[in-house]
Amino acid sequence: MRPTQVAKSKAKAPAKPAMKAGVKAPAKGHTKTAGKEAKVAKASKDRALTLLPKAQVLEMMDLMVKSRVLEERLIKVYKAGDAFFWIGGPGEEAFGVPLGLLVDRGQGSSHDYLHLHYRGTPTLIAMGMSYIDSIRLIMNRATDPSTGGRNFANHYCYPEWNVVPVGSPIEVQYGMAIGTAISQRRLKMKKQKSGVTIVTGGDAGSAEGDFASCLIWSSRPEKELPLYITVQNNKWGISTPYAEQHGEKNVADRGKAFGIRTNVVNGNDPIESYFQIQGDLDYIKKNTRPVLTEFQVSRLYGHSSASGANRENGDDPIELFEKRLVDSKYVKPGFVKELWTKYDIESREISDVVRAEAGPMKDTIWDHVYANNENADWRKF
Amino acid sequence: MANMAQAIRMALHHGEKNLGVTDIFGEDVGAPLGGAFTATQGLETAWNSPLDERGIISTAIGLGLAGDRCVAEIQFCDYIFNTIDLLKIAGNMLWTSNGQYNMPIVVMTPVGAGIRGSVYHSHSFDSWATRLPGWKVVMPSNPLDAYGLMVSAIKDPNPVLFLKPKALLRVRGEELIPGEPDEKTLKSMIDAPIGDRSKWKARWPDLGEFEVPIGKGKIVREGTDITVVSYGRTLPLCVKAANEMSEHGRSVEVIDLRSMYPYDWSMIRDSVRKTGRVLFVNEDTEVTNFGEHLAYRVTQELFYELQARPRVLAGKNLPGIGLHPNLEEASVPHLEDIMHELELVLSEVP
Repeated sequence: MRPTQVAKSKAKAPAKPAMKAGVKAPAKGHTKTAGKEAKVAKASKDRALTLLPKAQVLEMMDLMVKSRVLEERLIKVYKAGDAFFWIGGPGEEAFGVPLGLLVDRGQGSSHDYLHLHYRGTPTLIAMGMSYIDSIRLIMNRATDPSTGGRNFANHYCYPEWNVVPVGSPIEVQYGMAIGTAISQRRLKMKKQKSGVTIVTGGDAGSAEGDFASCLIWSSRPEKELPLYITVQNNKWGISTPYAEQHGEKNVADRGKAFGIRTNVVNGNDPIESYFQIQGDLDYIKKNTRPVLTEFQVSRLYGHSSASGANRENGDDPIELFEKRLVDSKYVKPGFVKELWTKYDIESREISDVVRAEAGPMKDTIWDHVYANNENADWRKF
Repeated sequence: MANMAQAIRMALHHGEKNLGVTDIFGEDVGAPLGGAFTATQGLETAWNSPLDERGIISTAIGLGLAGDRCVAEIQFCDYIFNTIDLLKIAGNMLWTSNGQYNMPIVVMTPVGAGIRGSVYHSHSFDSWATRLPGWKVVMPSNPLDAYGLMVSAIKDPNPVLFLKPKALLRVRGEELIPGEPDEKTLKSMIDAPIGDRSKWKARWPDLGEFEVPIGKGKIVREGTDITVVSYGRTLPLCVKAANEMSEHGRSVEVIDLRSMYPYDWSMIRDSVRKTGRVLFVNEDTEVTNFGEHLAYRVTQELFYELQARPRVLAGKNLPGIGLHPNLEEASVPHLEDIMHELELVLSEVP
């Protein structure tokens, strides 16, 4: 807990994920694998898969499905009338899961900060968030560990992992990320362990001035920040196509004017995303400079429940990844379906549990206006 | 005697030396200028930011999330308006996170008229500020309080908006900050020289601990006939009006509120109970003015103890303060306006 931080009500941090980060990307053309995996690779021709241990590849598949099933459960919770609103990011698992696996989790500037937008479920699932945390959030229960029933779905907050509160205003997180990155740069200059600030956001929101602020402040000469600027480009801003509003071919191109290293990546490919994120984080840590990477992703259920939250057309990263794994004989057909069924049952059972939980009490509205619950009600001044 | 800019500077130095302040930043806040009003000259942790108000406030929020202590400046409050949503976020961070992330930041900004600043260097922000729940809002009217309020603001675990009445920043006080050297010595120690400042370093006086608690007002002049409540630039005008009224046999009690939120209701209540009459004076625009909230509360809670209707004297509800002195003087309260309003309240027969 930060020295200035007030006591939090959260009960318990989720367990660490089974898979740990730290796999280095082999050099181009690398084909070295071990034992059975080498045989699998030879059979599959999908060499990218072999760049990670098979167990890790399968774990990534598992987490992608786990995240998608949760998002679909959240939508069902909304459609069943157990929530007022849904917003999230199904279709971004191939970006979000690798990110969650590569984050240096912890509290304080010696670890990574995450300034997420409201499409961060895959990242949180990969970091170890439990289903019940997310379902309590969408059902605005008193037990909701992120907001205590005060905010929407996918508006997560985990101080113990440096996941700062997700907000509804578009793109403000890019400005706030400057501050945590300055704190980390300060540690780095003192030769102390320091993390990277990671910020996520959408393509449409990059039109906000805060995105420009992030580029400008993070690239000031001799004050460059350890800031990983990412954009999940799903080609939509609510109902407005990207192509109608943006003259730039790629959002990432804007970083070039500031001397920022930029990349455009297929964010529907978890292997490509994994190594891109890993390489970017390594570069930032080594050079204390920002990177801007655009991940081109799918939006499979629209913007939010406001637009129906129904399944839409688009490349599904889970289907694409499953096909690769089946083609490469990593798994048999039906593997994903089994996972899906398992997680669906789990999510339904947890929804039933949360449905029976109480909402926040009316007399708690004045709680936490000020630190240490100092009175903020003028009637009591 | 220190002026208010020097007092703020010394409080900020106390903050960076003793209270863990890591960053004092904003436009022209660092060397060589040290602030448009010199309030940040010579500070070790002061630095210049890009000309980007949204960047300044959001960076302050980020530093607060990291647990670092910062004081950010918006050079004139006229330019803070495009950060309103960020100020709202800073104010609701603790609440929306259900108590998990507090926001220990200070934002300071010069406010008000009085320097012929025309349309975009004369705005007030106190009424706007009191509509930002989660923030504490303070405004000193003299150097001693400026020092003490800034120290308290830095120590506070909540976001604090420190409004600097720009017309008073060069005005010297009547009370010394504990440990403050004489005026000439102080100037030689902490005022940056004209010209090349590249080798200059401030020599800071050893000031004692002094704080003004946030939420506590001060009765700066006792009286029995009427209470006048003010803060910032209009406070000394109210004192002057009270002094002139006393020559005509009127006894005016003057309260320097110092904190707009939380505010010292018990001080206002006790004073109004004693005098039965009250006038609220500030220079922000008059419609949905903070003084109206106070007048409302007085009416609700002290109605049957009043001898006259509470009144609010504030700036005219205009889109700006015009540059010509005639325009500025007609837009914000002046001594004659205050005396006129005092007479109106005093002359009312219940």
